[in-house]
Amino acid sequence: MWSILRKDLLLEFRTREAIAALIVLVVLIVLTFTFSLDPEGARAAAPAVLWVTLIFAGLLAVQRTFLVERESGAWYGLLLGPVDRGAIFVAKLIANLLVLAIADVVLTLLLVLVLGTGVPTAPLELVFVNALGLIGFSALATLFAAISVRLRARELLLPLLVLPLLVPVVICAVEASRIVLAGGGAAAAAPWLRVLATFDVIVTVAGWMLFEQLVLE
Amino acid sequence: MTIRARIAPVAETVLPGLTFVAMIAALGCVFLYVPNERMQGAVQRIFYFHVNAAWSAFFGFGLAAAASALFLWRTDETYDRLARAAVEVGMLFCTMVLVTGPIWARPIWGTWWTWDPRLTMTVILWTIYAVYLVLRAMGEDDPQIARYAAVLAIVGVLDVPLIMISVRLWRGMHPSVISAPAGQGGIQDSRMIVTLVVTLVAFTLLFLWLVWRRFEDLRLEDELHALEDDVDALGGRAVGGVTP
Repeated sequence: MWSILRKDLLLEFRTREAIAALIVLVVLIVLTFTFSLDPEGARAAAPAVLWVTLIFAGLLAVQRTFLVERESGAWYGLLLGPVDRGAIFVAKLIANLLVLAIADVVLTLLLVLVLGTGVPTAPLELVFVNALGLIGFSALATLFAAISVRLRARELLLPLLVLPLLVPVVICAVEASRIVLAGGGAAAAAPWLRVLATFDVIVTVAGWMLFEQLVLE
Repeated sequence: MTIRARIAPVAETVLPGLTFVAMIAALGCVFLYVPNERMQGAVQRIFYFHVNAAWSAFFGFGLAAAASALFLWRTDETYDRLARAAVEVGMLFCTMVLVTGPIWARPIWGTWWTWDPRLTMTVILWTIYAVYLVLRAMGEDDPQIARYAAVLAIVGVLDVPLIMISVRLWRGMHPSVISAPAGQGGIQDSRMIVTLVVTLVAFTLLFLWLVWRRFEDLRLEDELHALEDDVDALGGRAVGGVTP
């Protein structure tokens, strides 16, 4: 599992193309938001901007990690290797998570600089909320990217598959971010964080168990 | 096939007749027998369609998840067809819920739609299973599509409690613009209870019968494709001109 993770990360950092493209995309989406929101509204909408941007940019990034292997034919090599299929899922999930975390850091900087949310007063809590949200998103997107990559209309299909099931993450992550950005502690956001954590556990375990069904040839 | 063979005689003969009789009785109850609700008037009668359609929709989605799990476990295509038929019929009833709800809400709540947890939940469910049908349509030529769809149905059902909790929390944090639904004040009139039971039976029978019809359609479709493949294997001579 670690070697798959290492391979994915190595590939990302050697080429840097995915991360660079993802960061530019994140910048562009935030700019699009700032142009379409008035400054006052933009500040209030910061948690929504954060998660909508992460989700839409993230969907493209996650799809790519599967596409790379499919195009190079390395996918079959991976499947033939003596590893548990669930381990492939977990490795992909962590690789996607790390890439998304980089985008998340850039995005948070942009919120402070461009949207004027002000420097977060509770940075640790914000990291915690974002981590919980990202794990859930990453797990769900990784699982369904394994489906969409095999079908022709994959760019359209992945958001279709992920977005309805992502509702708990969208609601809870946005509300928890709103509380934390406003200076509230993790205790104030606890009900949301509990749902997020439960989602993370359920989807990760389900993905780990069901992934095998998606990669049978 | 053994389970199918056991069900088939009942489903082919008794079920359609029973559904017909129950549906006539249900219509009679709703339009002739049951009295007008005191506060809401005649529009309340849509309740008997709305609630029972919701029951059938949830029944369908639950059945689809169970059949999907069985399919992944046993790899028997019968379960895949059952899951697909259940989702399709469930979607029909879910759409009916989303249509009858606003018709009632407009005169009673004064608005077609409100982001009440139950309404939000229903519309999210509808999108999940709409995607299931899109997935099936898009991957029709992929031999693995049944597995993908099964995974979606299972993850969907696992997700439902979480969606329900987060939607509740979400509404709890915001002021409701329109007064909340008056809650189920409890039905006092015995004729209303009789009507509800009769319509519930009718809708359940209708659901079962539609699932059965669709299930048989899918089975015949698969058999036809298998026959076509046989014909092709025989040297590709055009026999009859069978087109799907």
